[in-house]
Amino acid sequence: MFDHFTAPTRRDLLSMIGKVGGGAAMYQAMTALGHAAESQFTGPPQLTGARPGASVLVLGAGLAGMLAAYELTKAGYKVQILELQGRVGGRNMTLRGGDTVTELGSVQKVGFAPGNYLNPGPWRIPYHHRTVLHYCKELGVELEPFMQSNHNTFVHRKAAFGGKPQRYRDLTIDWKGHVAELLGKALNAGALDSAVTAEDKAKLLEAMRSWGVLDKNMAYTKSENVGEQRGWERPPGGGVNGAPIPNDPFGLSETLDSKIWDQLGFFAEHVMQTSMFQPKGGMDRIGKAFQARVGKAIRFNTRITKIAQDESGVTASWTDALTGAVGETKADWMVCTIPATVLGQIDVQIAETKKAALKALRYGNSVKIGLEMKRRFWETEDAIYGGSSFTDQAIGMIGYPSYRCFSDGPAVLLGAYPFGVGAYVLAGMTPEKRIQAALDQGSVFHPAHYKSEFSNGASLAWSRMPWILGCCATWTEESRAAHYQDLVAMDGRIVLAGEHCSYYGCWQEGALLSSLDAIARLHQRALAV
Amino acid sequence: MKAFDEHESGNTVLLNFRMAALLSGTLAFAAALAVASPGLAQDRPSNGASTVEVSDEGREIYEQICQSCHMPDAKGGGVPGAMFPALAGNPRLKDKDYGSIILLKGRGGMPWFTDILTRPQIAAVLNYVRGHFNDYQDTVAVADLDRITTANPPVPDCNCGH
Repeated sequence: MFDHFTAPTRRDLLSMIGKVGGGAAMYQAMTALGHAAESQFTGPPQLTGARPGASVLVLGAGLAGMLAAYELTKAGYKVQILELQGRVGGRNMTLRGGDTVTELGSVQKVGFAPGNYLNPGPWRIPYHHRTVLHYCKELGVELEPFMQSNHNTFVHRKAAFGGKPQRYRDLTIDWKGHVAELLGKALNAGALDSAVTAEDKAKLLEAMRSWGVLDKNMAYTKSENVGEQRGWERPPGGGVNGAPIPNDPFGLSETLDSKIWDQLGFFAEHVMQTSMFQPKGGMDRIGKAFQARVGKAIRFNTRITKIAQDESGVTASWTDALTGAVGETKADWMVCTIPATVLGQIDVQIAETKKAALKALRYGNSVKIGLEMKRRFWETEDAIYGGSSFTDQAIGMIGYPSYRCFSDGPAVLLGAYPFGVGAYVLAGMTPEKRIQAALDQGSVFHPAHYKSEFSNGASLAWSRMPWILGCCATWTEESRAAHYQDLVAMDGRIVLAGEHCSYYGCWQEGALLSSLDAIARLHQRALAV
Repeated sequence: MKAFDEHESGNTVLLNFRMAALLSGTLAFAAALAVASPGLAQDRPSNGASTVEVSDEGREIYEQICQSCHMPDAKGGGVPGAMFPALAGNPRLKDKDYGSIILLKGRGGMPWFTDILTRPQIAAVLNYVRGHFNDYQDTVAVADLDRITTANPPVPDCNCGH
């Protein structure tokens, strides 16, 4: 294989080791680019001394809007929130039995059993999303572990292993073993002598032998030592047949076919590392907790039709979505958290540069499908407790519930969670066809039970949500450079907030950080006038 | 300092939407060709491309991709102020470059589709939308898309929804 191997430079070697090491080296690069930086949260804002009687109008009762209302009220402002929907939370949402999903073109009634739920929007909270975690604690939202990583789940690629899913554990161990063997061969062939010192070469050889679980010939082969990582044909037991029998590793080519490095790189990302958490009982516990603090300030079912401002204040014109009544609400200042997809269509009195930023901000689409199964066959038959199985079909993955493991009775699987093409394909289907597609595709992981144990399902396509028309903002380096500062700049008496106004796009952490930054600047401006 | 000042009336008003003109040419065309990856730090299922096969046939591409927002009847969705524009009976599509530019570069909340559709697929679905849901007889060719890429015109603005 290394017949034509040219001795690489040190830089090439780093690149190679980066690929070998999965996301570890990639993470270093990401840190340098600021992508993987810790949350900037340094504690709740200490806003005090609002001018007596000063008022703030908040548009949108999602997390960004409610946090703004919560902190500004504490600072002494009179705050009112106008919300289009009849509920709080925005994308912070949980679907339970009895709930209704109203999309453009369809209405679904959720039929999950009591206690079961689907988080159709955000569903996991990284340990370093300190703003979300802080307010969960402050507002009394109980968190429990979200099982992010599970070696016993499956990876399925149509073009690998004849379409048969393989365990994440087997693929990652074999990937590591084969890569270690190859690097050992390259080192022993002298192919890297110009790139590494003799001392480092010796260390690397020892590392490859140990890390890759190579045999005495520096080959990755079936052995008890490999079995200790990869698992067994016959696992260790007691008594006369206690001796374990290792199983056969996959070959290099078929391991490569699985593209397992995609999952390795994914889990190496800062936002995907453990520990991960979820609110006990559903993600909407966070929105509900904010509602308990600021709910009295919310006017629901209020569709904003126009936003104006002058030297003395702001005015939001609105129509009551239920009664058709029209009205205006005035205040001194405004925090507007309406998503760019909708705000860009409203008559807003803001700078042309900010309008251009709104118009230049694209949104991605996503779909989530919840499948309620009559029992937890993935636990009883496949020993899978939480985590995700991955596929390159439209559904993208299936997710196993992290809560109430080992319980009897029905449980809800996440039956699909794609972005990109898979999300468009599923979003364009009727809710019934989405469920059928999710069952057909997800059956690849659990063919004996997936359809026979199915009870009922519900889906949510973000492009069909009439109040946002998409999932979340898709910035590019170019659009950030051209428009980001224009979007977040305070414009007279109006400041925007939400995940779209952050570098933590599509995360609740971004929505909250954006809100804290916005109200800090608003407060500063309000004290200055 | 004023308190909240609400005026409600039982009258319904016709909403008059005045959309400000988009500052044209704000996006470098390179941005339109950038991969529409949700971003390294975004929550998503995993890494790696989907292998979902998009058809080469215009009607099927419409059903697989476009109707997720513009709806199966191409009449769009939502209400004024929060809507997807109708593609059926859309006079803006008379200019065959209009839809081409938007599919190549995106417009408002709609992303570009250069990383999901090939150029022949973009041409095929445009011809389906312009011919089936409208009655425009001239066709979009891949050469038109290449011409637009080279010319790099601004994204056309209109008060016609996301």
